[in-house]
Amino acid sequence: MTKIVVLVKEVPDAAVQKHVDSSSGRLDRSGEKTLNPFDTHAIEAALQLKESGALDVDEVVAITVGPSSAVKALHKAVSLGADRSIHLTDDALAGSDVVGTGYALAELVKRESPDLVLAGQQSDDGQSYAVGAAVAEYLGWPGLTQVIKLDVDGQTLTCERQAEYGYDTVKVTLPAVISVGDAINEPRYPSLKAIMGAKKKPLESLSLGDAGIDASKVGEAGRKAVWTGSKQPPAKSGGEIIEDEDTAATVEKIVTWLDDRKLI
Amino acid sequence: MTNILVYALHHEGAVNKNSLGAISTAAKLAEELGGEAHALFVGEDIADDTAGTVGTYGAKKAFRVKAPAGIAQPIVDALDAVVESGDYGYVVFGGGLLGFEAGAGLAARRGGGIGVEITGLRVEDGKIVAERPVLGDSEISDIAFEGIGIIAARLNAFEPVESGSPISVEDVDVTLSDAAGKLEVVTRGEQRGADVNIEDATILVTGGRGLGSAENFSVADGLAAAFGGSAAVAATRAAVDAGWFPYAGQIGQTGKTVAPKLYLGLGVSGAIQHKVGMQSSDAIVAINKDSNAPIFEFADLGVVGDLHSIVPALAEAIKAKKG
Repeated sequence: MTKIVVLVKEVPDAAVQKHVDSSSGRLDRSGEKTLNPFDTHAIEAALQLKESGALDVDEVVAITVGPSSAVKALHKAVSLGADRSIHLTDDALAGSDVVGTGYALAELVKRESPDLVLAGQQSDDGQSYAVGAAVAEYLGWPGLTQVIKLDVDGQTLTCERQAEYGYDTVKVTLPAVISVGDAINEPRYPSLKAIMGAKKKPLESLSLGDAGIDASKVGEAGRKAVWTGSKQPPAKSGGEIIEDEDTAATVEKIVTWLDDRKLI
Repeated sequence: MTNILVYALHHEGAVNKNSLGAISTAAKLAEELGGEAHALFVGEDIADDTAGTVGTYGAKKAFRVKAPAGIAQPIVDALDAVVESGDYGYVVFGGGLLGFEAGAGLAARRGGGIGVEITGLRVEDGKIVAERPVLGDSEISDIAFEGIGIIAARLNAFEPVESGSPISVEDVDVTLSDAAGKLEVVTRGEQRGADVNIEDATILVTGGRGLGSAENFSVADGLAAAFGGSAAVAATRAAVDAGWFPYAGQIGQTGKTVAPKLYLGLGVSGAIQHKVGMQSSDAIVAINKDSNAPIFEFADLGVVGDLHSIVPALAEAIKAKKG
């Protein structure tokens, strides 16, 4: 039997105007939150492995690190098909950098000892692309990111991804940490029944102490990449925007714009 | 003395331009720090001439580790071994997938900090400060490091500058970790689809996810044809991964970098991975029905509307204009 852990994150909703707190350099994550859209591809990949029988999966566990509000992201993950979820939440985690977050997630993964860890390619807010690789390093497992095709043969995954020089195919022996690209699948929508039932699925809430995580390696205490200030980029003159209401008029405006710049 | 180690990405006998840019920048910073920039290659059969070229761009040493190329774990093992044996304060990666992966792995292994998507580096009080654009590039954060600083640059952030001459290569034996042995590169750099040329076009009509299908690329073809001989069609990674367009015609992080006189994006959202490959275009026009698409933040002309009705009419109008 196989267990899959999916790493998920709560992010501000795409429609929320985001800004950086000018005193701490942290992203102000107030406002409406949602499950990181890139993570839904990781959950979908786990479900497809389970449903296709490619892996004999008996459990899909969603794991997150974040404030109390992050339970909503876990409910979403469970409504999409995860069997249960784990929430590491502790005030001492605030301000964690990529490495600190990777360490904490790896410790949570160790408690579950799964065969496969899946993650999204990036978070919609921090966009570091790197947490999966840090988790793999802390576990001492092979890792691969941006995977867009995943085939299983026994304990071997054959993964495809697009890299700098074209498409690469890499075989990975389990257990492994795989970050999936958004081209790997089209995530399903949760059913109303699944949404209603999500809160009844097991959700384990842990503090750093509960999980045996060294508080000096996370949060502000543990971070090694430190924000020291912000500035505005050089101002770029704003572009012109045409809201299309009448195709003929829109086309005429575009042609004039191009013609004025001798581009036709 | 603080040295800087740069990972040199290479393929088929050529060092990646972004790695050379990182080496040039590291050489300049190292001088300010009173140290040197060194480059490290990981691969199975890297020629002396290939590795030695880093000297031309300012590196004082070139290390070569014989191990599989194209995966992160052997790179982490190799960088870790070299960092262990010398006085290194920073490790720099040019823009690239492996930089994010190996950089995060190395930061975790050595207890350092990592900054990704870095577009600028400067020395302040004897330490490097990295500049990282955030929130759709509307703001730039300064990042300092405690312990070793790992810097993964944004694509095209640093330009190669010739400042020296080729150097000799030092081979380094590295014991690979167990994890490295659990990855096997079957094929690398496979080109999918026809070999199209987008780098020489002065006008590029680019199709994104919003085009909807491979068949709908005929809309882009029609617009390029209306412009005439100097125009070509290109695509975003989403369109290429979906199998709608050949990989050779892809713009962005894992594709080509272009700077045409006119870039026309059709159903292109303008994700940062795409933007880094086309932001130097002289004029950027975007047609997209999603008014929240990031491309409208940096387009010179943005059209919010349905490309399927606008673009065929635009092609006709351009043809008529050209007469």
